[in-house]
Amino acid sequence: MGILKASGLGLLAALAAGVLSGCATTPAKEPPVKFNHDPYPSTYRAYPGVPTLLKGATVLDGQGGRIDGGDVLIADGRVQAVGRGLSAPAGAMVVDAAGKYVTPGVIDIHSHLGDYPSPAVAAHDDGNEATAPARPEVWAEHSVWPQDPGFSRALANGGVTTLEILPGSANLFGGRSVVLKNVPARTVQGMKFPGAPYGLKMACGENPKRVYGSKGQMPSTRMGNIAVTRQTWLNAQAYKRKWDNYEAKGGDMPERDLAMDTLRGVLAGKILVQNHCYRADEMAIMIDLSHEMGYKIAAFHHAVEAYKIADLLRENGICAAMWADWYGFKMEAYDAIRENIALVDRAGACAIVHSDDPNGIQRLYQEAGKAIAAGRRVGIPISEEHAWTWLSANPAKALDIFDKTGSLTPGKMADVVLWNGNPFSTYTRPERVWIDGALMYDANNPRLRPVSDFELGQPGEGDVK
Amino acid sequence: MTQRKRISWLGVTGIVCGLAGVLVGYKASAETIAIVRGTIAIGDGSAPIPNGTVVVRDGRVVAAGASVAVPAGARVIDATGKWVTPGIVAGFSRLGLTDVDGVEQATDISSDGPFSAALDIAPAINPNAQPVAVNRADGVTRAIVAPGVGKSIFAGQGALIDTAADVDPVTRARLFQYVELGEQGAEQAGGSRAAAHVLLRNALREAAELGRGIPAAAVTRNPISPDSQPVVRNPNESRLYDARRSQDVLLTRFDAAALVPVLQGRQILMIHAERAADIRQVIALGREFPRLKLVLVGADEGWTVAPELARSGIPVIASALSDLPAAFESIAATQSNIGRMRAAGVKVAIGTVNDDDTRMAFRARQYAGNLVALGRLPGAVGVSWGEALALITSRPAEAVGVGGEIGSLQPGRHGDVVIWSADPLDNVAAAETVLIDGVEQPLVTRQTRLRERYQDLTPGVLPPAYRR
Repeated sequence: MGILKASGLGLLAALAAGVLSGCATTPAKEPPVKFNHDPYPSTYRAYPGVPTLLKGATVLDGQGGRIDGGDVLIADGRVQAVGRGLSAPAGAMVVDAAGKYVTPGVIDIHSHLGDYPSPAVAAHDDGNEATAPARPEVWAEHSVWPQDPGFSRALANGGVTTLEILPGSANLFGGRSVVLKNVPARTVQGMKFPGAPYGLKMACGENPKRVYGSKGQMPSTRMGNIAVTRQTWLNAQAYKRKWDNYEAKGGDMPERDLAMDTLRGVLAGKILVQNHCYRADEMAIMIDLSHEMGYKIAAFHHAVEAYKIADLLRENGICAAMWADWYGFKMEAYDAIRENIALVDRAGACAIVHSDDPNGIQRLYQEAGKAIAAGRRVGIPISEEHAWTWLSANPAKALDIFDKTGSLTPGKMADVVLWNGNPFSTYTRPERVWIDGALMYDANNPRLRPVSDFELGQPGEGDVK
Repeated sequence: MTQRKRISWLGVTGIVCGLAGVLVGYKASAETIAIVRGTIAIGDGSAPIPNGTVVVRDGRVVAAGASVAVPAGARVIDATGKWVTPGIVAGFSRLGLTDVDGVEQATDISSDGPFSAALDIAPAINPNAQPVAVNRADGVTRAIVAPGVGKSIFAGQGALIDTAADVDPVTRARLFQYVELGEQGAEQAGGSRAAAHVLLRNALREAAELGRGIPAAAVTRNPISPDSQPVVRNPNESRLYDARRSQDVLLTRFDAAALVPVLQGRQILMIHAERAADIRQVIALGREFPRLKLVLVGADEGWTVAPELARSGIPVIASALSDLPAAFESIAATQSNIGRMRAAGVKVAIGTVNDDDTRMAFRARQYAGNLVALGRLPGAVGVSWGEALALITSRPAEAVGVGGEIGSLQPGRHGDVVIWSADPLDNVAAAETVLIDGVEQPLVTRQTRLRERYQDLTPGVLPPAYRR
C-alpha cells in the first residue's frame, strides 16, 4: 500500500510538471510538488483487549511516581486510571497484583533486533551498510526481519513493549532508525510505532575509522571522522536551502537525494539524532559539531564516559543511554564504571539503560537494578520509582514518544508489565505484558507466547525460552 | 602453588601495593581468620545457614557451619547481616588473556601460528589485566581459562587460575586440552563437521603412535595432588624429539606430543559443542576412546539429549541464559537447559560460554539468580538457591576435577571466601571482603579509581588529572 501511494504521488508530480511545462510562455513559477515523507507508513493496529484492573500492586508509574497498594485500570487500549481503591467497570478482568509490581513497559532505545537477527548468519547481516562512511539514505526498517525470534524473548523475559531499531555503527551516518511496538507482525510496517519520529544513527570513534581505514579510505582517524561528518552536514545544509526555497517558492524541482532527505529532516528538527559515542572528549566534540551545523543530539548511545561530562550533557539537554556493567571490550570502553548511570542521573542529566544486545534486552530491568545498587554503594540515594524513569520515561523522551507511552498516565497507550516480584531483582520475571491494552504475554498461559515463523517445526518450538 | 611461594610473593606485592597506596589489609596467609555471624552458604548445593562461622587457617578452609568454634587468636570478622560464600569459580572464561578484547596487541586468546594442541595459555596469563581485578572485586576468585582456536580445531591447553593481586596467577597449568567440535570446529577444519572429526581422530592416532615412545618419567602420576605442578609434564619441554613417527603426519611434533596425555586420560579433553547431534558425537567419542576424560562446554541443546548425557557421565559447563537460536547449532536453546539437564542427572556447571568470556565472569551470579527465578515460571525448569550457588562454585570445580581443592567451604579447600553485602545471587549484593588462599584481597580497580576522580564534577584549582 505504501509503495502504491508513493508511486501514485510520483505520477501526479510528473503529470503536474508535464502540464505546467506545456505553458512555457507564462513566466510564473511552477508550484512546488510535495513528496511523500512517509512512504512506508505504519500499519500497526492495537490488538483487542479487555478492560483490566490490576489491584493492590506496587505501582511505579515510570516518571518517578510510586503507589504502594496501587491499582491500574486499562481499557480501550489506554491507561484509564492509576490510584488506590479503583473499582472495576462491568466485565473487567480483575488481577490480584498484591505483592507484585506494575510498571510501564520497558523501552529499549538501542536494539538491532531484526537487522541483526537470530540466527546470526551472514545472510542475516543487515545492520551495517558499510560501503561508504555516510549512508543516511538507508533505513533500518528495510532490513528488519519481523520473524527474528529475539522479539519474543524481549517481550516475555524483558517486558519490552517498545524498541528503537538502529542501523549499525560502521558508518558516521548509519541511516534511519525505526521505532517498533514489540508486537509480532508479518511486515515491519505492522510493527511500526504510529507517529514515532524517525531517528538518524550517527557514530563517532573507533568503528567508522576502523571500517574505512582498513579499506584504505577516509576516514581512517578520528579527525577524519569529524571532517567527513562536517562536510556531509555542509552538503546537507546546501540541499536544505535548495529544497526549502523550492517548497516556499516553487520553480524547478531540485533533484531528490535520499541521503540528503534524511539529513534535511534532522536539520529541520523532524528526525532525531541518536549518536553512538563512548568517550567524554568525543561527545563534547559531537556537541560542538551539532551547534556548528544546527542540529540537536537526542541521545548519546553507549555513553560509557558520560559520568565525566554529566554536567555538559545536562546543560545541552542530551540523554545518555548506558550499560550497567559492560566494560573493556574495546579501547573506548576502557573507562567504564559501574556508577555511570547513577552519576549521570544525579547530575540532573537524562539517564537511560539500553541494551544493544539480543540477550541484554531481556534483562534491562536487572541492569537498572545493578545501577541502583552501584549508586547506593557510593551514597547516591536512588528510589525504585525514580530508577524506572531510566527504562521508560527517559527513553520515551529521547525518542519523542513520551506523549504516547513511557508512563502510566491516563490517556497514554496501555503498555504495561505485571512483574512477579521486585522488577530490579534477578529473581523476578514479567508475569504478563500488555501492549496497547492487549495481553500479549502471560507466563501462565503457554498460548500467550509468540512463536516466530523461523521457530515453527524446529526443536524447542513453543517452549518457554 | 605452595604456601611458601605465595607468602614470599606477597611480601613483594605488599611493598609494591603499599607504595601505590592501594594496600588493603594485606596479611600473610598463615593467619587464622574467623568470619562470624554471617549467613553461610557452603557452595555444595545445600541451603544457606543463618548465623554461621567460617574459619580459614594457613590459607585453607578449616570449618564452616552453624556451630563452629572460633579458634583462639583468630582474627574475627563480623559478618552480621552479610552473606558468606566460597569465591565464585568462573566455569568457562578467557580471564587474564586480554586487557581489551578489541585491541589485538592486548589479546592472547588465539594464535594463527603453526602450533595448536601444544599451545599452553599459562604463560600468557596476565595477573595485572584489568578484567582480573574487576572480577576479583566482584567475588570471582578462580577461573577456568581456555584458549581460543586459531587455525585448528585444537586450541591448546587451558589452565585454572586464581584472581589474587599477586604475581603468580596459575593454580594448575595445562589442566585440559580445548577443542572446538561444533560450528566453529567445522570452520577450522575446512568447512565441515566431518572434516573436524577426521582431524580429531587423526590427531589422536598420531598421539597414540608417539605415545608408545614416551618414557614413563614424562608423566606425573598423581595429577590432582596439590603439590604436583602440572597434570602432565610440559610438552613444550618434552623429551619426545626422538619418538618415531610415520611419515604421513599432519601435526607438528609438539602438537602430537601434547595430545598424548589426553589420549591416555591424564589430561582432560574439553570439547565445545552446542547441537544435540554434536553432543551425541562427543558421547560416542567417549565410547570409542574410553580413556578420554571428557568435559563438554556449551551444550545449548543439551536438554534434548539429557538422558544420554547423564548416562555418559560427561560433565557439562553451559551458558545459563542462552535462549536464542543464535546459530543453527543452538536452535533449541532455552534458559531451562541447565535445570532440565540437572533434573535428568547430568553434572552441570555455569560458564560464560560465547558470552564476554574475557571479562564478564562476574555475571555468573546474576545468571545463577535468574535460574532460581525460572523455577517460578510454569513450564520452565530452574534450580534451588543452594544449587544455583553450587553451579558457580563447586560444580565448575568438580567438572574439571578440582572439586576437592576449590569451590566450596568444605574443610581442606583453598581459603577462597567472599563476604557479600547481601544475597550474592541478587544484583544488589557487592563483594565486601574477598579472601584468596586466605589472603585478603584489594578490591580497588581502575573503575573505582575513575569513579573517585569524577564523582564530583565541580571544577577544582587543578584539572581532574591531579586528583588521585
